[in-house]
Amino acid sequence: MIGDYSYSEFFSILAMQGFAGLILFSVFVLMALGLAIIFGQMGVINMAHGEFMILGAYVTYLCSVVVTDYVPFLFPVYFFVAMALAFAASFGLGVLVEWALIRHLYRRPLDTLLATWGLSLALQQLYRSVFGAREVGVTLPDWMMGSISLGDAIEIPINGLFVMGLTMIIAAAVYFIMFRSSWGKRVRAVVQNRVMAGAVGINTKQVDRMTFGLGCGIAGIAGSAFTMIGSTGPTAGQLYIVDTFLVVVFGGAGSLIGTIASAFTISQAQSTLEFFLSGSMAKVLTLLTVVGILMLRPQGLFSLNIRR
Amino acid sequence: MLAVENLKVSYGQSEVIHGLSFAVKPAEIVAIMGRNGMGKTTLMKSLMGIVPSSSGVIRIGDTPVQTLESFERVERGLAYVPQGRMIFSTMTVKENIETGLTVTGETEVPPQIYELFPVLLDMKGRRGGNLSGGQQQQLAIARALASRPKVLLLDEPTEGIQPSIIKEMARTLRRIRDDIGLSIVVSEQVLSFALDMADRVLVIERGEIAHEATRAGIDEAKVASFLSV
Repeated sequence: MIGDYSYSEFFSILAMQGFAGLILFSVFVLMALGLAIIFGQMGVINMAHGEFMILGAYVTYLCSVVVTDYVPFLFPVYFFVAMALAFAASFGLGVLVEWALIRHLYRRPLDTLLATWGLSLALQQLYRSVFGAREVGVTLPDWMMGSISLGDAIEIPINGLFVMGLTMIIAAAVYFIMFRSSWGKRVRAVVQNRVMAGAVGINTKQVDRMTFGLGCGIAGIAGSAFTMIGSTGPTAGQLYIVDTFLVVVFGGAGSLIGTIASAFTISQAQSTLEFFLSGSMAKVLTLLTVVGILMLRPQGLFSLNIRR
Repeated sequence: MLAVENLKVSYGQSEVIHGLSFAVKPAEIVAIMGRNGMGKTTLMKSLMGIVPSSSGVIRIGDTPVQTLESFERVERGLAYVPQGRMIFSTMTVKENIETGLTVTGETEVPPQIYELFPVLLDMKGRRGGNLSGGQQQQLAIARALASRPKVLLLDEPTEGIQPSIIKEMARTLRRIRDDIGLSIVVSEQVLSFALDMADRVLVIERGEIAHEATRAGIDEAKVASFLSV
């Protein structure tokens, strides 16, 4: 017996909370991948990242509405189209924002902080004006509803499994793009030394724009996934941005593996603790632990060891 | 191959290079010598488009490039090995060389590069930052050569490198020149290295060319007097 629970109940709770944590983990990973690419690789702190995610969520919502009204027979597969569109919308907005705003501020990190914060407020108001202040939810196709039962007390939701699979595919794709493609090589070269990258023949401005767009596009996909676990409102992105920053810093800026490991640790700790304590106590404990570990290891969980 | 006419470069209000003119013939090696602070690195950076020039013309072949960005100059045939080497330290040796392939569109490192620098083939999977200074210098040259340049700029390649490797580097650079007819501009403080490899020596003093000599007619004592502090 542990407290009031028998062992089997306790393990069921752990398993189900762990699984709920895995969905949170997926959203964190997708958000943090985008943020890590932009922050770790370009040194830009994108306060509006949550709003890029919400843009993806609204695009998914629009898709679900349009498909239900006009082409209902496509409804079972609309989610895949919605994800592609969410990526495209956030990517497009990211490229536009980089061109209009960010590129003028590369040497002024504090100013990018302010500018993107302003952008986040502006986008929130834009969402409020366009979609209204009320939160909206998407209808999922039938095959994504329901759950799989494992044993008596353990139920695993299908949409959770779907989100996790999606996250793994995207994380693998990002890894491939950054570390195996020639484009990723260019990105990493620009990150290491912008001036020198130009002097070996890399168009650094174009690389910056595409990198920023990619980071925002992944946030858009995160938004698509987000619609399954929460309802979409103008300010919903704000709830995630702090946690996501925490994930990026804890994982070690610039390390994709570190980002994934830290997203896993933080989301699991939060989700499991939330069941036994209150939500805010869970957050306090997670934050304290992360702060403690960062004091001992300021570079984050993972970092490369090389001569500088 | 490379022609510079009346080039002026300023940092803010203070002009560092005051109307410099020189030309480099195809397959010629020119050493630019001078003490610290005389404008050698500034000259290199402005040729590469890292520091903007305030007036003057820079031509590669017949194309003026002074208004182009760095990467466009690389496309036109300029390559650069900076002071301090500036390799990409978290990337592997092979990836470092491959960054130079961007403008050629090739996907494989040309085998000649590994022939010139066999040590880089042995270490191609290592991170650039874990190489010794001399190896990093070879890597920086290999990366520059990967873009198949017509003109190679080397900024103080001997800095922080042991003498035996300096000698070998001079031999390698001459060999590259003989093999592919590359023009090389090298800025240098070490007289012996410059005499080893250069066809012509220009001495730069306070942003102007103070002395010029071909290798045959060089007055070592005179050049040395410009370099002494």
